[in-house]
Amino acid sequence: MTDTQTDIYTTTVGLEIHVELATASKMFCGCRVAFGGDPNTRTCPVCLGMPGSLPVPNEKAIEFTMKIGLALGCTIAEHSLFHRKNYFYPDMPKNYQISQYDSPLCYGGAVEVVGDWGTHPVGITRVHLEEDTGKSIHIGGGGRIADSDYSLEDFNRAGTPLVEIVSEPDIRSADEARAFVTELRATIEALGVSDVRMEEGSMRVDANVSVRRKGEKEYGAKVEVKNMNSIRSVIRALEHEEERQRKALDAGEILIQETRHFDEKSGVTSSMRTKEYAFDYRYFPEPDMVPFEPSAGWVDSIKDSLPESPTTRRERFAREYGLGVKDVGVLTSSLKAAQWFEAAAGAYEGDAKKVVNWIIADLFGLLNEAGLELWESKISPVQLAALVTLIDSGKISGKQAKLVLQGMFESGDDPEKVIAEKGLEQVSDEGAIEAVVDDVIAENAEAAGKVRSGNLGTIGFLVGQVMKKSKGKANPQMVNELLRRKLS
Amino acid sequence: MSIDRRAVDHVARLARLDLSEDERAVMLSELQQILGHAEKIQALDLDDVEPMSHSVPMVNQVRPDEVKPSLTQADALANAPEVEDHRFKVPRIMEDEG
Repeated sequence: MTDTQTDIYTTTVGLEIHVELATASKMFCGCRVAFGGDPNTRTCPVCLGMPGSLPVPNEKAIEFTMKIGLALGCTIAEHSLFHRKNYFYPDMPKNYQISQYDSPLCYGGAVEVVGDWGTHPVGITRVHLEEDTGKSIHIGGGGRIADSDYSLEDFNRAGTPLVEIVSEPDIRSADEARAFVTELRATIEALGVSDVRMEEGSMRVDANVSVRRKGEKEYGAKVEVKNMNSIRSVIRALEHEEERQRKALDAGEILIQETRHFDEKSGVTSSMRTKEYAFDYRYFPEPDMVPFEPSAGWVDSIKDSLPESPTTRRERFAREYGLGVKDVGVLTSSLKAAQWFEAAAGAYEGDAKKVVNWIIADLFGLLNEAGLELWESKISPVQLAALVTLIDSGKISGKQAKLVLQGMFESGDDPEKVIAEKGLEQVSDEGAIEAVVDDVIAENAEAAGKVRSGNLGTIGFLVGQVMKKSKGKANPQMVNELLRRKLS
Repeated sequence: MSIDRRAVDHVARLARLDLSEDERAVMLSELQQILGHAEKIQALDLDDVEPMSHSVPMVNQVRPDEVKPSLTQADALANAPEVEDHRFKVPRIMEDEG
């Protein structure tokens, strides 16, 4: 994206996020909820859509949905309804999906997202509850629906409680979308109501993207982008789509409202349908289910049970640990990362900022290379705290600590063990250092003379010689002091 | 609101009904009657009447989150016209007007 383009165009993104709830049983029947498994082993007459079966809503799923809604600042509807959304697709055996239409459980919230651009509120239009579909495998034609010979259906997932979260079109860039999804994932993870694993499909993101010239009042054509399976692909897909639409507008093309599929490999979106369809789902109230009207007492008790929200946690981290916006953002991007950091900070007696620096400046580098998350590291929070304490006590230098960290990262051993094994211990014994310092002064008489005559710039050279001679083990601060004392 | 032949065709297609010419004529007249009945209700002054989705005075029917036994794989697939790899085998999916 060039600056000129940012000046000319405005991007508008709204997100639709689906989250599978981690209840024990399905939304409308007692079949177990789990990922994968032998096909068609977790089904019953209700989730297979057999005539005469009676779906009954799962109380926990409703409670989980209200939790999500309240955590996102929504109002809980005093009266809400399930509707039938009618369409034909073989992954949905009833030929309708039980969903919510004009009376969702939760509506009208907002999420605050944080990034380099500051903080920005994103409205939440609604949070509603529905059922997930089964899983299709398309046989022949390279697995693409349009070219396949036939399809195979597994209904294990059919009927899993699925929450849909719809944002207002308040998102203005791929990076804000990333921040929003990260925030949402952290919030829901903290509630303990879903695994929110994008790779396994327990959290799915669809985006509506439109680009228009600055100053134009009407939104551009709304393009729906599907199949983004990680936060990284959300960024890639949106950046690509933004660029594609800008280029099209540059070339004077007219964009059409359509659905586009993001291809992970090529990083490109392509049109899913060429014809324009006016979907007619013929929603009507689900006759099998009576309205839902939660008591104020129930809603209040859920409100009271909510854990610390990421926003509150950010404020607390900034206050308690004196951290800047960026560090706080990194450490609160997920509950597990925040918990890992707090465990390390708790085990360390000095200024927590030092622990943060080691996590962000060094540990993250190693983690990124290995493709691991903070909490998946072999290093425990307590071990990291121990490492920083060893630096404080002068046992190892900061430079050596980087090597120790590397060793800990590979083996999961305590820092003391790595130091002993690698022979990295810092020498802080004045007598031992003094002997080396004397040798270096004798060997470099010219440089020593310069320092004596007031040219202090040369002292760095001598420090370097001492460090070299001590194989990096001498405490650099002590070397410096000794040289100054002897050459003054 | 009146219903014409095009609307009948549209609704039939949405419901995946393959109607004969005679059936379409029957549907047209029956749907016209039903809509005529609804029109009578619409003509009433119902400003003070709350919209109603269900005719039973009942709310919050839920069940506890408890796992119950599922069907066996064999039972689940027993009525499937065709099965492959323990999955329901279905004809090629055509992208069509919803």
